[in-house]
Amino acid sequence: MPDIRVTVDGVRYDDQVEARRLLVHHLRRLGKVGTPVGCDTSNCGACTVLMDGVSVKSCTVLAVQADGSRISTVEGMAADGAWHPLQTAFHRRHALQCGYCTPGMLMAASDLLQDNPDPTEAEVREGLEGNLCRCTGYANIVAAVLDAAAEMRADGPAAAQAPAGRTPVGGGAA
Amino acid sequence: MTAAHTGRPLPRKEDARLLTGRTRWTDNIEPPGTLHVAFLRSPMAHARVGRVDASRAREMPGVAAVFTGADVADEQGSLPCAWPVTEDMVTPPHPPMAVDEVRYAGEAVACVVARDAESAADALEGIDVDYEPLPAVLDLEEALAEGADPVHAGAGTNRAYVWPFSNGDVDAAFSGADVVLTRRYRQQRLIPAAMEPRSVVCRPEEGGYTLWSATQIPHVLRLMLATVTGIPEHDIRVVAPDVGGGFGSKLQVTAEEVLLLLLARRLGRPVKWTETRSEGFQTTHHGRAQVQDVSIAADADGRLRALKVDLLADMGAYLMLVTPGVPLLGAFMYPGIYKMDAYAFTCTGVFTTTMPTDAYRGAGRPEATYAIERIMGELAAELGMDPVELRRRNWIGSGEFPYTTVAGLTYDTGDYEAATDRALELFGYHELRAEQERRRKGGDTVQLGIGVSTYTEMCGIAPSRMLGELNYGAGGWEHASVRMLPSGKVEVVTGSSAHGQGHETAWSQIAADRLGVPVEDVRVLHGDTRVSPRGLDTYGSRSLVVGGSALVRACERVVDKARAVAAHMLEAAEDDLEFDGGRFRVRGTGRPSATIQEVALAVFAAHDLPEGAEPSLDSEAAYDPSDFSYPHGTHLCAVEVDTETGAVRISGYTAVDDVGTVINPLIVEGQVHGGLAQGIGQALYEEAVHDADGTLVTATMADYLLPSASDLPGFTTDRTVTPSTTNPLGSKGVGEAGTIASTPAVVGAVVDALRPFGVRDVPMPCTPERVWRALQEARQARNGGEGR
Repeated sequence: MPDIRVTVDGVRYDDQVEARRLLVHHLRRLGKVGTPVGCDTSNCGACTVLMDGVSVKSCTVLAVQADGSRISTVEGMAADGAWHPLQTAFHRRHALQCGYCTPGMLMAASDLLQDNPDPTEAEVREGLEGNLCRCTGYANIVAAVLDAAAEMRADGPAAAQAPAGRTPVGGGAA
Repeated sequence: MTAAHTGRPLPRKEDARLLTGRTRWTDNIEPPGTLHVAFLRSPMAHARVGRVDASRAREMPGVAAVFTGADVADEQGSLPCAWPVTEDMVTPPHPPMAVDEVRYAGEAVACVVARDAESAADALEGIDVDYEPLPAVLDLEEALAEGADPVHAGAGTNRAYVWPFSNGDVDAAFSGADVVLTRRYRQQRLIPAAMEPRSVVCRPEEGGYTLWSATQIPHVLRLMLATVTGIPEHDIRVVAPDVGGGFGSKLQVTAEEVLLLLLARRLGRPVKWTETRSEGFQTTHHGRAQVQDVSIAADADGRLRALKVDLLADMGAYLMLVTPGVPLLGAFMYPGIYKMDAYAFTCTGVFTTTMPTDAYRGAGRPEATYAIERIMGELAAELGMDPVELRRRNWIGSGEFPYTTVAGLTYDTGDYEAATDRALELFGYHELRAEQERRRKGGDTVQLGIGVSTYTEMCGIAPSRMLGELNYGAGGWEHASVRMLPSGKVEVVTGSSAHGQGHETAWSQIAADRLGVPVEDVRVLHGDTRVSPRGLDTYGSRSLVVGGSALVRACERVVDKARAVAAHMLEAAEDDLEFDGGRFRVRGTGRPSATIQEVALAVFAAHDLPEGAEPSLDSEAAYDPSDFSYPHGTHLCAVEVDTETGAVRISGYTAVDDVGTVINPLIVEGQVHGGLAQGIGQALYEEAVHDADGTLVTATMADYLLPSASDLPGFTTDRTVTPSTTNPLGSKGVGEAGTIASTPAVVGAVVDALRPFGVRDVPMPCTPERVWRALQEARQARNGGEGR
């Protein structure tokens, strides 16, 4: 079995994996179960993560293809004890119900906002069309992404990395 | 009570774990030593099962055991149907694993237990099964015809039951009417498709079993597992951890749940199974699948006289938990919000060689609402009347409540005028009608259509007495208990089992208001039969109106107990105390007061309690509602239909719902949005399709079209509030309303756009191809007519 090394949310993992194993199953075996599996045809996007900063459906990547790469999952999205503006906006806007699509939705949205910091509603809808949600009808997800985009623009390009502009974990808007 | 939290859009407590990937899905649970299970499933819709040879599989790497249906035949029992709707209903045996015959593609015939999921899946290839094909039975009318191939040879018929209802002289009303319209509507088969696949983990323990399942019904499941397997109920603990959506699809007692319990018993090891999505599309129950023949009779001025409904309902191959009852939940809703003299309904349940149907969001009521709202649109067109005006002439006036409908339900409250007026205003109804007229006159290739849906539904399922009258196997009460901790913090234990609805937040708001404690001081516990031993779980828009009401009652009992202690502490008579904002005060005096949280500490210490008082404020209540609750509303949909391509685009959607008193408007709006998405999905996108052999050809998310963000519009929503009188909160259910209301609004709009071309129906889902074909057929019919 091939040896691979991946860094997941800043922690290095060296492992032997079956050549056929998908990245999402590898992540889950590492205990990174915050990234769920929602389908077997790469349609739902629940397993979306960032691979070297770019969003991928982790069911479309073999674990061996991720050798040497940096993976970011929803578990690492809050940093320095503070939620990412997208997490805060999803909370305020009630952009999640059952929450199963949420990890993938957040990761896809963060990639979308990296590419396009000031999207229109239509651009958000198109940008997230690879991520299915069965609970919300998407209206609040779209609103949350637009809110987060505005907040991140107001806080400057460093907002996504810096604690400023973040809400303390668990604080929310309540 | 100070309603500081009722009506407040409090962001949800449960979000923190869901937003940070710390959620506890069943598939995240894996006790040490867990073995993984994979099922070998029939590729055929109907076949005799001959020799099943698992010898190769048993030798494959990592395999611990292989079991066939025959191996477990003596202990697997039959999956339960809790709703024998008629005394002579045909209830065929439903073994969790097929023993000698399979009746739908996907039915399990064997299972592999192995060290990991991959080894288990690999070993399925090592099982050889001899199938002797039998005829697939798919069409409902053909299934009922004389000499039809039987789904269950032993039953002698494919007719599961016939359930009639009638009130008034329907024949007289029809023969005396000026206008009679008859339509056939097809409710296509749908796949509920909760985002979290089903998953089951079962661990044998000292003295019993813990079974984790992605279920909506941990309490019902525990009882049914005990009934099916003979394992004593108190030896089974069922846990529904975080559950990723259900929409009815997890309101079920499944083959896999029963089999994992049996495997854990046989092997003495924890076992785990998680469905793949395509496995789930084949084997998690489906919804709808009905053929509706509907006739309506009216006077020339539009006044309704009578309604006849003849329903064929596809049961699938077996009767599962509430399969036969689903269409009957619609039986009472066909008359909708309208007054009429007579009503007749018949439902025939039909077996086919397909995955069983069962509850899917709305369960019977979306089908009923679709039929009545569509035929009201047709009647308006026939009479040359505005469809809103036709409804005004027939609906129950706001001054007429309570009103007993022709279907026998008593609607307690409602204000259809207010909801409709508000919706018309928000939607810009008259402006859009003018725009529609412009496009029609101008021969625009993109036509505008407007659909109207003035719905009501019965929810909060349900009063136990009524369920008994319908022959349902259980009651409809719900349970709650409140524990006052010494520090004044509060634990609420509910029998409701949320899977995305936000009960932890809404229940906290209710308890905070009723007890006068900070909302942060309340923790809500649910979904584990050891933590929450009594309950009837979450479905049918019941949790707030029934479970929330149980919580109100339990809180009242806590306050009553606390009042006695507070009176003692404050040296006053109980009757002289007032309780507001969590504080007991002696009325009309400036004397000292005590908070309920201080009383909780005093009760814990128990040093100085009044004579005879128990040292506990903890209280519980089981609540059984006096009647259903009847939310209602007016939904208006505008669509643009490209008459050259058949493409449909929703250009506006307005929903004004009346769900009574709202605890958390953020959650209510979310429920409406999600309901709309699923109703629109049925109207435009979704359909489970079988080929002639009975194979599900839409068995993946690539083939079954779930709407994405780019497929759906934004929604304009508002509410009117007429509180329910059937529960102490004044709330009505909201979980299903959007789904029930929206499908006829959308399809009605599509048909309205095309009516000038002679189109009066487009079968669901209204795909571009179907819209285009409907247009061509209507044009050809017109041209043919002109040529004659």
